[in-house]
Formats: sequence, C-alpha cells, structure tokens
Amino acid sequence: MSLILQNVSFTYDRGGSNEKQALTNIDLEIGSQEFTAIVGHTGSGKSTLMQLLNGLEKATEGKIYFHGRDIYEKGFSMKELRSKVGLVFQYPEHQLFESTVLKDVAFGPRNMGWENLQIELNAFQALKEVGIGEELFDSSPLALSGGQKRRVALAGVLAMQPEILVLDEPMAGLDPAGRQDIFQMLSRLHQERNISILFASHSMDDVAEYAKRMIVMHEGKIVLDGPPRKIFRYEKELKQIGLDIPSVTKVMHRLRDRGIEIDDSCLTVQESAAEIVQWYRKGAIE
Amino acid sequence: MTGNRKWNNGETNNQNKKAKIVCTENLAHEYSRRDENGNIIEIVRAIDGVDIEVEQGDFIAILGANGSGKSTFAKHLNGLLYPTEGAVYIDGIDTTQKEKLLTVRRTAGMVFQNPDNQIISNVVEEDVGFGPENLGVPTMEIRKRVLDCLKSVRMQSYRKRSPNHLSGGQKQRVAIAGIMAMRPKCIILDEATAMLDPVGRLEIMDTIRSLNQEEKLTIILITHYMEEVTKADYVYVMQEGKVALKGTPREVFACTEKLTECRLTIPKITQLAQELNRAGLPVPGDVLSEEELLACLKI
Amino acid sequence: MIRDITIGQYYSTDSLIHHLDPRVKIAGTFLYIISLFTFHSLSGYLFAIAFFCGVAALSQVPFSYLARGLRPVIFMLVFTAALNLFWTPGESFFSWGIIELTWEGVEKTVFISLRLILLVLGSSLMTFTTTPNQLTDGLERLLSPLKAIRLPIHEIAMMMSIALRFIPILIEETDKIMKAQAARGADFETGNLIQRIKNMLPIFIPLFVSAIRRAGELALAMDARCYHGGKGRTKMYPLQYRLTDLLAYAVCFFYVGILIIFVP
Repeated sequence: MSLILQNVSFTYDRGGSNEKQALTNIDLEIGSQEFTAIVGHTGSGKSTLMQLLNGLEKATEGKIYFHGRDIYEKGFSMKELRSKVGLVFQYPEHQLFESTVLKDVAFGPRNMGWENLQIELNAFQALKEVGIGEELFDSSPLALSGGQKRRVALAGVLAMQPEILVLDEPMAGLDPAGRQDIFQMLSRLHQERNISILFASHSMDDVAEYAKRMIVMHEGKIVLDGPPRKIFRYEKELKQIGLDIPSVTKVMHRLRDRGIEIDDSCLTVQESAAEIVQWYRKGAIE
Repeated sequence: MTGNRKWNNGETNNQNKKAKIVCTENLAHEYSRRDENGNIIEIVRAIDGVDIEVEQGDFIAILGANGSGKSTFAKHLNGLLYPTEGAVYIDGIDTTQKEKLLTVRRTAGMVFQNPDNQIISNVVEEDVGFGPENLGVPTMEIRKRVLDCLKSVRMQSYRKRSPNHLSGGQKQRVAIAGIMAMRPKCIILDEATAMLDPVGRLEIMDTIRSLNQEEKLTIILITHYMEEVTKADYVYVMQEGKVALKGTPREVFACTEKLTECRLTIPKITQLAQELNRAGLPVPGDVLSEEELLACLKI
Repeated sequence: MIRDITIGQYYSTDSLIHHLDPRVKIAGTFLYIISLFTFHSLSGYLFAIAFFCGVAALSQVPFSYLARGLRPVIFMLVFTAALNLFWTPGESFFSWGIIELTWEGVEKTVFISLRLILLVLGSSLMTFTTTPNQLTDGLERLLSPLKAIRLPIHEIAMMMSIALRFIPILIEETDKIMKAQAARGADFETGNLIQRIKNMLPIFIPLFVSAIRRAGELALAMDARCYHGGKGRTKMYPLQYRLTDLLAYAVCFFYVGILIIFVP
C-alpha cells in the first residue's frame, strides 16, 4: 500500500475564533493502480482530505504514511511527496501563469530541481498525454480554449511524474464531450502508466461508469467505502446525506421494489438494458 | 417536427413577430481576431443566422457545447452585444435603439454563470435592490419589491446577510431575485447552473420552474446539462453559431446522432429507453423520466 | 474560512452611537479632531478626554477593543514622545551624558502624546460604530457638493463598496492559487529578496488575470441590471436625519463651542 492515513483528524484555525473540525478519525489506504471516486456533498470534507494527501495541509491529529514512511517525520521531503502525489485543484486552469504552454507545464518539474533535459522531456511527454498538439506548445496558455486550458493544467501536474493523481472535481464546468475526454484520458493514464487515480465528483453517473472503488464522505467522516456496485445498494442511506444514485440504477431499484426478480446492482445503460430485456422476454414466454 | 400551433415556422407577418417577447431575425455576430500588430488574422462568425421566436410565458432551453455560440447569443438578448447582421426584438423593441436600452434590459433580465461575479453589494437585500435603484424606483417601492422577490426565491431569512457566506445555489437565487426586482417579463439564465453542485442546480431549477408556472415569467435557459432541459417547452440546440436542432425535448432527444455531433449526450434514462426500444420492447425512444419508463413497462 | 475576515473593525452592537447617521459620525469625528488643536491647557485636555469617554461609554464598545486601535501607531507614539522628551530646551532637572531632561520637555511630551492618542481613539470609535457600507454612503452624501466641480464622487463611492465586497473573495483566491502552485512544488519561503519576489510571480499573475476576468464579468452584470452611473438613481435606504442625529450635531457644536470660548 502506498498511502495510508491512520486516525487522521483536521481542525481549521485551531484555537482561533473560526475553529472548525473538518475531518474526524479518518482511516484510509490508497493503493497503487486504483481508480477511486470520493463523493459527498459540498462541505463534507473531500477537498480538505485531498489537501492532506500531499502535505498541503497538516493533520492536527493522526499519522500519514507514504511508502511506509511517516510524512511528518523530520527529514521527510515534502517536495518529493508533492511530485509523487500530484494534486489537481478544482478549475486548475486558473493557476496557469507562464508565457508559453511548455514553460507552464515545466514549472513543476523545474521546482523539483531536475535536469533541464529531463524537465523538457517530462513536460513534452505530459502535454502529449493530455492531447495537446506541438503547434500549441509556444502559444500563451491564456489564449487557449477552456477545455485546452484544463488539459494543460493537468499536464502541469502530470509532468512531475506522480504515482497517485488526486483530482478535485476535474470535470466541473465542462460540457458532456469535454467530460468524456477528461475521463478517457484518466483511464488511459491509469492503464498505461499505472497511475493511481483519486477523483472527487458530484456526478454519480460518472462514478458508476469509471470508478472501481468509491469513498462516501459526510460531515468529515468516511461513512462508506467499497465498489460502487455495492455502495449504490444503500439508496436510502445515501439519500439521507444528500446523495443520489445513478439514474439507471434507480430504475432497477424501482423495478425490484415492485416485486420483480431482477439484478438491481446494474450501473451502466448496457447492463441495465440487458437485464430488463432478459426479464421481459422471460415474462413473455410464461 | 410536429405541426404545433405555437411553433409554426411558416409565414408570420412582421407585425406578428414583433408581438413575441423575444424574436431574432437572421441574427449574426462577427468579430475579428487581431495579432500583436493589430492586423486582422481571422474573422470569427460566432453566431450565424439564428432565428428564434419565444412567446410570453414559455420555458425555452438553448443547448450547446462550450464554444457553440450560445453565450454570445444570450448577450444579444440583453443589449450587451449588438448584431452585426439581422436584428433582435425584445417585446417588440429593436435592441439597437439606444434610448430604449434600459427598457430592453429591464424586460429581459439576465443571470450569469459565476455567482460571485454578479453580486454587487455586500448585503443580500441591498444587492436585490440594485436594479430598481438604477431604474429610479421610489424608496418604499424598492423595499417592497426586494422583500417580495426574496420571498419568491425563498431567501427572505438571509436578507441582512453577506453574500460571501452563502452557498453557490443561494447566491444564484439572490441573483435571480435581483433580476426579478426589475419586474422583467423574461429571464435569461446564461449557464447559471454550470458552477453549482447538484443541490444548487436543483434549487435553481425548482426556482425557475415556479417562476415560470406561478408568475408566468418567460424563461430562457442556456445550458449544456441535458437533464435540465427535459421540462422545457421547446429546445434549440446550437452548434458552431447555428441552430442545429429544434423541437420539444422529446423530439430533440430522439436525434442521438446529431446531438453527439454537437458534443452533447442525452440523459441516461433516455439512453436506456432507446436500448430497450432497439431490443423490441414496447418502450418509445423518447422517454424523459424514470416514471415514464416504468409506466411503459406496465408495472 | 478566510471569507470570515472583516474589513475595517466594525464592532457589532445596538447602541445609540451605532444608530446615528454616518454623516453625523464623520462630521463629528472631523470636528473632534480639529478641536484637539484649539487648546493648550490641562483643562482643555481633561475636557476632551471627558467628552471622548462619554461618547465611548454610549457606544458600548469595550475599552479593550478601543485600545487595540492604538496598536498600529505605537511606534509613532514612542518616537514623537522621545523626540519631544529629549530635545525640548528649558529648565533641566536631570542630565546623564548627552541626555538632558527638562520640565518643559516632560509637559510637551505628555500633551502631544495625549493629543495623538485621542486623535487615533476618536477616529477608531467612528470605524468601530459604522459599517464600511454606511461609511461609504455617508462620505458620498457629504462630498456630493463636489460633484458640481466634476469630481466623480458617486463613482468613487461605488468603487469603494465593490472593493469591500471583493477583497475577501480575492484573499480567498490568493490562498487557493498559493496552494495550487505549492502542489506543483513552488517554494515561497526561501531565497533572497529578489528571489522571493520572483517566486511570487506564479501567484500574482493568475491573481491579476482572475481579478481582470471578475471585473469584466461584474461590469457586464452591472450593465444587465441597468446601471448607468449615479444619474437618476434612487436609494433603497436613503440617509435621512432623525431627531437624535440633529441632537448629536448640537452636542458636537456645543462641545467645540465651549472649548473655543472658555478653554485657553
């Protein structure tokens, strides 16, 4: 296991006038080659949790281990942690600042103190991976379209060669095709470069389609953790904490409620369609 | 398209067109992109021959991917941009008439995407009062309107609060109240839900639906979320500055291929219905909701 | 969390002073500050202190809050005090090396320090009892005669109130951008001065870009809500003098009058 959180709690402005407990007793393991979604309504602690993972915020209690080493231990290199656990903020395109796309993507690697050749190579490769063509390398990042900006910002984190990529709502504000592009890219990175992906999302349809594991947060605690197929069974419990289930899964649940013998754990359109067709044909024969 | 009375795109005389609340005639908007030396390198036709007619009390949706020209179009309805070709009439007024500009903006109010960047005052009720103040409405009347409008978006208990402490959905509701306080006939929501979480999106959809049904306001919803347009009376789909598809939500959702070409996708429920339809089940391919789908399966 | 910061130092409570028209408070503070320079005797100081204490008591702002207002000027206070204490010629009563203390020096030091303290306390009492919004409104109305000489008073007031709304948002944004760049390994703490300024560029540029974007969007939103300058505008809460405001004016003038006429 590469990243382990042990009984971690986090309080904002401790002892100050705005003291607020954001996370309470979090136990979590993020392994290699995972594709995990974090869900929870706004203010559930998702973003704070993500910022703990690469050391941007320091847990007020508890321990975090990266490859078996305590990250709060003296002598542990936070710089290296930030390159190995890449964090992509919400609307990451707002952080672009360099005069050219290539320079902006090279910002991270340069901060790591790598050699020039290595920096250039990584930046180049990262841009290729997010699908930005060479003809755009020398243009200003501010002159790109919204979707392109987002991909350049993502490349800026990818260029640091992360083992785990943490993304806070990477699809926010994108149109359906743009969302699909981002997810296809993440799937490719996951499969080809063995990067572990951890993303926060509000779209249960996206979670159902892409995630292999999902973590449900509520009021600073992890309340459910497991494969989406299992978690979406808890429709009532999820509803109580303001979360929905995928629309096709909901249809299956309703069919089941009406006494129909059907597998209601379906997550995708294809799965559900096949299941309904099978049930319907069986009924027709009888 | 069905032969709907309202949406008869045949011969309507000019007088009739001007009676509509919103009407665009062959609207086009061009702008030029210049290089560092000021030479024109490209002429972009952001909107290209759009004809849209909206009647008082309708709920219209304009769908389109990022960069399809839908926001540029919206800005024409409010006199924030002027046509380079064609014309826009708001309640019969040509938007290029400078002296009627305030009337145009008051008649067709606009809510924008970013909740933070459209709230001007740092007290909720004073922000709602901003529009009427600009219009020179008497003090007591402003206070009455502000209270009424905050009530109709269910934000009256926050009236003394700072907008900085509100959620995204609440801020957008304040922004809607700010438009309502100008007593518009039509509200244009330019991707007003794009930056909200699902809870906020629902809040806004509920609010505009009740404004449409109870206060008979005309709604023009600009979005790329397909789920939001299922309740609209009529949908226009934009692609590269043109209207690529139009019809009722049912008619539009049936054109899966064309929508994909426009970088849009239909709701999952409709996708499921279409799969079932293809497999020969008695389910039409234009189902919009879960209840409808279940009803088709006769259970 | 950062959005909770307050601009200025408003102390929220329901007192007589809080409910006064902001114009009264601005004009009153102005008069009070001027009054501090009209006398040169102990009785004058005592009278000014008494007046301040009376108003402060009515305002219900705790003394510890008021004292906090002195913090930023402590250095200046000590500096002027030292200057007066050591460099006033007169009858010497203590000398040690080049240091020489005189009775005149001590007297001058005490009086000048008192004047400075009252000046700061007086103006902070105004900011403690008036919200930034009210202050902007009050200033706009008080300065509106200057519109006649084409000073853009309404525009300046509008800019002030927009700044008040956006400062917390921009502070929060700065924090977000800093974190995002730190996630890319940026380091804001080490290096010499030039290095550090250079390290701030990845924060300043995005912040600048975002501020310009916000300004553009806000301008559109204001246009859409029929904003067209101060002409023909009405107010939801117009400033209106009530009886207490007029009484407050009377008290202020009475105070200044007594000082000028009776106190040397």
